Amino acid sequence: MAASPLNNKKFKVAFILLFGILTGLQFFALQTFGIPQETALKDSAYSNIILALLCWLISNNLSFYQPTGNKYIYVIIWCMILSVGFCSILEFAFPSINPTNQQYQKFLDLSIPVRYIFSLLLIGTMAAISMLYYNQQEQQELERRKNEAEKLTKEAELASLREKLQPHFLFNSLNSISALTVSKPLEARKMVHQLSDFLRGTLRQEDSLTNLKSELAHLQLYLEIEKVRFGNRLNTLIDAQPNTLDLIIPPMLLQPIVENAIKFGLYDTLEQVTISIKAYFQAPYLIIEIINPYDAKTAHPNKGTGFGLASIQRRLQLLYNRNDLLIAHPTKNQFITTIQIPQT
Amino acid sequence: MIKALIIDDEPLARSIVAEYLAAYPNIKVVQECENGFDGLKAINQHQPQLVFLDIQMPKITGFEMLELLDQVPPIIFTTAFDEFAIKAFETNAVDYLLKPFDENRFKKAIDKFLSTNPVQQQKRTLASVNEIQSATQNERVVVKTGNKIKVISIYDIQYLAADDDYVNIHTSEGAFLKSQTLAFFEKSLDEKLFLRVHRSYIVKLDQITKIELFEKDSHVLILKSGEKIPVSKTGYPKLKAVLGI
Repeated sequence: MAASPLNNKKFKVAFILLFGILTGLQFFALQTFGIPQETALKDSAYSNIILALLCWLISNNLSFYQPTGNKYIYVIIWCMILSVGFCSILEFAFPSINPTNQQYQKFLDLSIPVRYIFSLLLIGTMAAISMLYYNQQEQQELERRKNEAEKLTKEAELASLREKLQPHFLFNSLNSISALTVSKPLEARKMVHQLSDFLRGTLRQEDSLTNLKSELAHLQLYLEIEKVRFGNRLNTLIDAQPNTLDLIIPPMLLQPIVENAIKFGLYDTLEQVTISIKAYFQAPYLIIEIINPYDAKTAHPNKGTGFGLASIQRRLQLLYNRNDLLIAHPTKNQFITTIQIPQT
Repeated sequence: MIKALIIDDEPLARSIVAEYLAAYPNIKVVQECENGFDGLKAINQHQPQLVFLDIQMPKITGFEMLELLDQVPPIIFTTAFDEFAIKAFETNAVDYLLKPFDENRFKKAIDKFLSTNPVQQQKRTLASVNEIQSATQNERVVVKTGNKIKVISIYDIQYLAADDDYVNIHTSEGAFLKSQTLAFFEKSLDEKLFLRVHRSYIVKLDQITKIELFEKDSHVLILKSGEKIPVSKTGYPKLKAVLGI
């Protein structure tokens, strides 16, 4: 429900002022018809207070019910009913304002049609203003929501782009290439190509499924680059059963998990680090295990995002509508991440 | 002769700094280190006048390493991507190199280092390290015990007590001193886990077993370990709000 225009302070002042002026004008007009001063004052005050209340009523009503399409006819009917109500009060209650003055009684009878038209105009105008006001408010709200949704989409897009580009990895790799250009130009060139291929693969559309073979090839590019960066501190062991190579897997699923494993393996220990990746088939799943060493004392895998695997979890949830496909299993000095990819 | 140290976990990143430094005959690289632990030892051993320091490194970051030093040497930070740290460097006028950097940019950093006095540099470095570390929700605190470095997980902390210019970090394995203020920890520790209940105490909320009335209008906390922690007048309402009592 939108707030009534009468909640607006300026509008409220104008509303009261209008009815004040109307009361004044009516007071003088009635006197020109020879109505006694006191009677004229009462008549104009009471009738305008009732009109003001009716205007307030219709404005409030329209905040609950806003007509759409050709239902505006109902609003007109409602205005007419309110005006009839107003005139009924004039007809039955107002004679008692001054029961002895014949002239007033006669004038009252004669003026009712005019007063009907006048009240209908006033209530109708109030209805129109209110409808326009509510409409505008609704539009503003719609606009605001639209802007918010657009902003959220943009932020999500930016986050996903940043995730894809991995600035830390990218700039460090470029730094390694920069170092190699002088000492080992051929290796530098090789790394440029590996990095380009890797980035191309990363920017590929994520909606189609791929097979494990090509996913492992993409992963290999990444691992080669990381090995150049970290030298002999990083070793990898890939053991994929031959019958798994043609099994399907969503693209770009493995690399972030391995990246995570490398990050925690390398930044959590000082020694040489071996990351093992095992793939086997256990009907109906392709099962992949990624194992990295870690320090259970300083890394807290149980906390919150669980080693930054939350985005993988979310992706699997979206793809398969299941949240049990990624399992993180920390042991004393090894962190095992297992993913199961349904093959049916 | 200026003694320089290169601390970076990536060998090629170290080699490019060494290569650029070859153009400066009066700067000599005395050692290259691949992590903060080696870096600490080398700094204490060589007392270098210039250190090239990477931020993301195994076990302890470049910032954590600096926290452990009694005397911070002039530092040129090298980093690939760290928006937040870079902002802190900029505000404190600390020089940094964004990887990959070229020889011209490197020369500028060296020129700036040569023209700034070391005391000034030390002040700026410490200011930005403090700014960065207090705003990062670290899951660990690095302390020195004798000659050893101890990495404390914040989940092992029971409570912190202010002790002159130090903070005494109490864990199940004993207490460790760190040269830092309690206000720093109040800012950097997760407020869902920790609360400053007193001018001199921060408590890990899950360690509290009982709150007892002590004298007329002051309270005392009983921890799982049995230790008693005073609660100040301003601390008590905060405690009530956090524990929902």
